[in-house]
Amino acid sequence: MAAKQKFLIGVALGGWWLLWASVQFFVMLNYGLAMRESAIDSIATAIVLALAGYVMVTMVKYYRLSPKNILYVIGASLALAALCGGTLHELMKHLADDENYLKSLNIILPLRLVLIWLTVLTGALQGWLWFHVKEQRQQELHTKEAEQLLREAELASLRQQLQPHFLFNSLNSISSLTMVQPELARKMIEQLSDFLRGTVKKDGNQLVTLQDELHHLGLYLDIEKVRFGHRLITLINAEANTGLMKLPSLLLQPLVENAIKFGLYDTIGEVTIRIEAKSDNGMLLIQITNPFDPATASPKSGTGFGLQSVRRRLALLFYRHDLLSINKNENIFTTTIKIPQGEDRTP
Amino acid sequence: MKVIIIDDEPLARGIVKEYLKSYSQVQIMAECGDGFDGVKAIAQHQPDLIFLDIQMPKINGFEMLELIDNPPTVIFTTAFDEYAMKAFEAHAIDYLLKPFGKERFDKAMSKRLWQKNDIPSALIDDVSSPESSNRVVVKKGQNIVVLPVQRIFYIEAFDDYVKIHTAEGFYLKKKTMSYFEKTLDPSQFVRVHRSFLLNLQELTRIEPMEKDNHVVLLKNGMRIPLSQSGYAKLKGVLGI
Repeated sequence: MAAKQKFLIGVALGGWWLLWASVQFFVMLNYGLAMRESAIDSIATAIVLALAGYVMVTMVKYYRLSPKNILYVIGASLALAALCGGTLHELMKHLADDENYLKSLNIILPLRLVLIWLTVLTGALQGWLWFHVKEQRQQELHTKEAEQLLREAELASLRQQLQPHFLFNSLNSISSLTMVQPELARKMIEQLSDFLRGTVKKDGNQLVTLQDELHHLGLYLDIEKVRFGHRLITLINAEANTGLMKLPSLLLQPLVENAIKFGLYDTIGEVTIRIEAKSDNGMLLIQITNPFDPATASPKSGTGFGLQSVRRRLALLFYRHDLLSINKNENIFTTTIKIPQGEDRTP
Repeated sequence: MKVIIIDDEPLARGIVKEYLKSYSQVQIMAECGDGFDGVKAIAQHQPDLIFLDIQMPKINGFEMLELIDNPPTVIFTTAFDEYAMKAFEAHAIDYLLKPFGKERFDKAMSKRLWQKNDIPSALIDDVSSPESSNRVVVKKGQNIVVLPVQRIFYIEAFDDYVKIHTAEGFYLKKKTMSYFEKTLDPSQFVRVHRSFLLNLQELTRIEPMEKDNHVVLLKNGMRIPLSQSGYAKLKGVLGI
């Protein structure tokens, strides 16, 4: 397809310059100039113009349309036109024998220069238009791709929330509680319902306040605590000024789930998950830490699906790749996310 | 009948305990929250039946069973594990999907009460949990060691066992060479000989021997033999 297009463009350009040469030739004949000189002049002009046009198009490829660059391009086109006009003028002086033609050569010169300049400038304009359209098309493709990725991420995060493992184990805990502590069973059903409702109704692109997000996270943690009993300890510490800061909804839960899984399945005994939020240079900074065992943790751990999907969502929403970082320090694994606030956020 | 319940969630153990109340012949010997406790409790009480969860801290249910010489009858209890499901289907071992009701539980129990089975090692051999590709659980005396695969130099056949060679010496494990060949990452572990499975990270040089034979020189200075087909395979993986 691309090769065929290139070929067609070549044919069109060739045809154009052939047309140019023919028209010029007949116009010159019409003015009573000699056939030989008219032919040489037309062909030489067409070739020189084609080359000049190529130079201009190549130039505008690297100079984006801007007031400063327009001046550059006009300057370049003037210089190029003078060079081409001069070359053609000198060339014809040497090649032509016809008296009549040689006499008119000097009269034609200004006209020749102006014509060449306008043609070269038209070439530059066309080049700009061409690259602009091309760029726009690429941008469109890029936007479409980004949208697609976003949708996938949304789906992935949704799947993450509704992990069947979590759901079935929670139901099993409820089933157990119905026999020994029916009151607690009912409470857990409420918590699970609230959590699921929050997950289903939220739009992944929406920004929510940290306090709302922490409330949703709390529902999740309460359920996990019923499941794992005294093994799971969570400490949440959000600085007072962070409550109304914004972050994409449903962002924390997959990270905390990751930390819990990592912590609970990699160590034995009590596991403390810490969640800390503070304001840092106008950004919301959240740190989640969990213990792990460096001796047995495989190097792949911590690049789990939860982290991946959060990293992707942050990149899609803020066009930045440095917002999620992880750090392993002895037996503590830390996930840090930074959320730009206000105008920092690219729409 | 002596029973042990192994599950990391207390409420999940509670439901089994509750259901077992209607079985007067059952005596619950222990409740364990992880595989390490499980191994100890099984050695101590020699139970007739265990209820075993799969996803547990440090080592999973399958890995725990591998550490026991004469495993008792097992009823697996698990939420949702695709790989486990497959293994169960293939081997028709009893399993309970959480959450399960009393009826389903009684059905499993009646099967177990009628027939005594040994956990076929074939089951365990065929189950490759996601974990088994990046770690191996071994026993050294009374200690249980979770060995990340990167620390394995090579694995050597040894009668019914394999010797897993590491910097700290070797560990014995009752498994077949083909089990490890199947579960370990084939781009990292290559069966260079009928009796040797080599970790490519440890390879420094291939040396020719008499005739067409070759040996592999390891980083620690050890040499292990290369069979003809092993040599071909090694060349294929290394791209030479």
